[in-house]
Amino acid sequence: MVENRRYRNIAAYLVLTIGIVIVAFPVYLAILASTFDVATIINGNMPLVPGPHAAENYYQTLFFGGATSREPVGIMMFNSMIMAMGIAVGKIVISILSAFAVVYFRFPLRMTAFWIIFITLMLPVEVRIYPTYKIVADLGLLDTYTGLILPLIASATGTLLFRQFFMTIPDELLEASKIDGAGAFRFFKDTLIPLSITTIAALFVIQFIYGWNQYLWPLLITTKSSMQTIVIGIKKLTYSQDALAEWNIAMTTAVLAMLPPVLVVVFMQRLFVKGLVETEK
Amino acid sequence: MAGVTLDTVRKIYAGNVEAVKGVSLGIKDGSFCVLVGPSGCGKSTLLRMIAGLETISGGAVKIGDRVVNEVEPSDRDIAMVFQNYALYPHMSVYDNMAYGLKNRGTPKPEIEKRVKEAARILAIENFLERKPRQLSGGQRQRVAMGRAIVRKPQVFLFDEPLSNLDAKLRVQMRVEIKRLQRALGVTSIYVTHDQVEAMTLSDQLVVMSGGQIEQVGTPSEVYRRPETRFVATFIGSPPMNILPGKVEGPGRVSVGGQIIAVTDMRDGLAPGTAIEVGLRPEDVQAGTAGASALTMDVDFVEELGATQLFHGKVAGADFVVQASTGQIAADAKSLTLTVEPGNVHLFDPQTTKRLGRV
Repeated sequence: MVENRRYRNIAAYLVLTIGIVIVAFPVYLAILASTFDVATIINGNMPLVPGPHAAENYYQTLFFGGATSREPVGIMMFNSMIMAMGIAVGKIVISILSAFAVVYFRFPLRMTAFWIIFITLMLPVEVRIYPTYKIVADLGLLDTYTGLILPLIASATGTLLFRQFFMTIPDELLEASKIDGAGAFRFFKDTLIPLSITTIAALFVIQFIYGWNQYLWPLLITTKSSMQTIVIGIKKLTYSQDALAEWNIAMTTAVLAMLPPVLVVVFMQRLFVKGLVETEK
Repeated sequence: MAGVTLDTVRKIYAGNVEAVKGVSLGIKDGSFCVLVGPSGCGKSTLLRMIAGLETISGGAVKIGDRVVNEVEPSDRDIAMVFQNYALYPHMSVYDNMAYGLKNRGTPKPEIEKRVKEAARILAIENFLERKPRQLSGGQRQRVAMGRAIVRKPQVFLFDEPLSNLDAKLRVQMRVEIKRLQRALGVTSIYVTHDQVEAMTLSDQLVVMSGGQIEQVGTPSEVYRRPETRFVATFIGSPPMNILPGKVEGPGRVSVGGQIIAVTDMRDGLAPGTAIEVGLRPEDVQAGTAGASALTMDVDFVEELGATQLFHGKVAGADFVVQASTGQIAADAKSLTLTVEPGNVHLFDPQTTKRLGRV
């Protein structure tokens, strides 16, 4: 029995290890490639231990960029950061307010409003991309942060998430607030937001990564290289017509592009768990 | 301090459902009024209308001399204790109690003084920094009461505050609520479906059913002289036995052919009129034959420790008798019952109203 269990454990570890290797190896390869010069990578005999050019590659990438993207990756990261933060924060603000309205206020066409928001779930950016582009262009928002952020804020996921959460908060809490002299805004600020921290954190993580990884929309509406995001930058770096692709710079950029989402997940997860443990309705 | 006056208060919900059908009631300043009734009788709705959490469809609610129909809950000078306590989960006990005062712009030192004082009264001084989830049910209950006390309101409203506690704690908190209300002298309105709570706590007991008041009185008045069959069977545990009977003459009714003497009987009832005879299980003497004897066939016995409940049938109707343990052999198959004439209640089978002396 004991013997048996040990073999089973070994088998489980084996399967898990294979899985991890499959997922992690390309990532490791990218990190590795960011520590060699381009010649070593191109000749196809890249060693499996880090090389000597890390500092040089990262310095070059962050502050000067590659030949084809012509912008320092630092600028691209800054653009991506603004876009991802803008989308995450904007979406949280809009959806928590609209969920608050839908759940706690009785006004004409309340459910109609809710269903209209709900229906937008079926219309992701890709589906409405032409009319959205047209509107953004007409508003003169091409090559602006507003143009990058605004159209991606409009979606129903956050509203639904907050609505479901608000519905689980007992009505007595609202009534107690009323008796305690808290109006709608005070109730929102003093009770709903503190109770929603976990939901806010979850939504932030999801939306930050969603915003950071956007490709199609920034590709359409940014033409200036100073406005391009890091995801677009990677694509441009791996593509060159008459020269060798700068794989060392491209891989360094890829590693840099992975960093913020990873940090967000690692940092927010702590808040996440803390929120889960501490909040009680 | 102020009393509360209800003048033909109505609540009509969407779809023309009338939850409260014109209730009029005067609650004296400083008294403890308990609204009791089965679920759906409108007692909670009535309380919530006094609190301002439900709109008033008709009539007037007065706190003191002020009609408060259109006044916001926070401006009515009331405080409410909820069934599930409704403490703010993310705030400390101190902040929970201070929140209402903060919102009113009470100065900080005053808030601290009042919270400390309330905490002392309720013996929760050591928990002020804790969060509600770190407290037991009884402690949460105290915090909820503390939140009410610090506001120094004209009226306390309690919405079944003890129903989430276990039986032992419920008895303990019941006594504490009563003691607290006596000490503070604040008019209190308390909603419950538990008739023991209702009897023990109230100065003024209001029995409700179907959105209407069935009877108002002191607990002993309601117990001794129930005005309707509903009140008779609702107040008292185990409930009053109701037997079908007939009028025989002044002060005399018959049940299953046996004559029973009655003290409290309306004059002028024609002999032969059908009538309902109410006998409380604890008012019936079982065992030896007496002046007005009924025979009961025993089905089974419930042991309650100090007393035993004999279940069976009298004149074809279900009947329960309460007797001290050991007074009657538990294997008795048949009992002879006698009743004091003063403990017989008569009701009209049609209107269910009491047929007592006017």
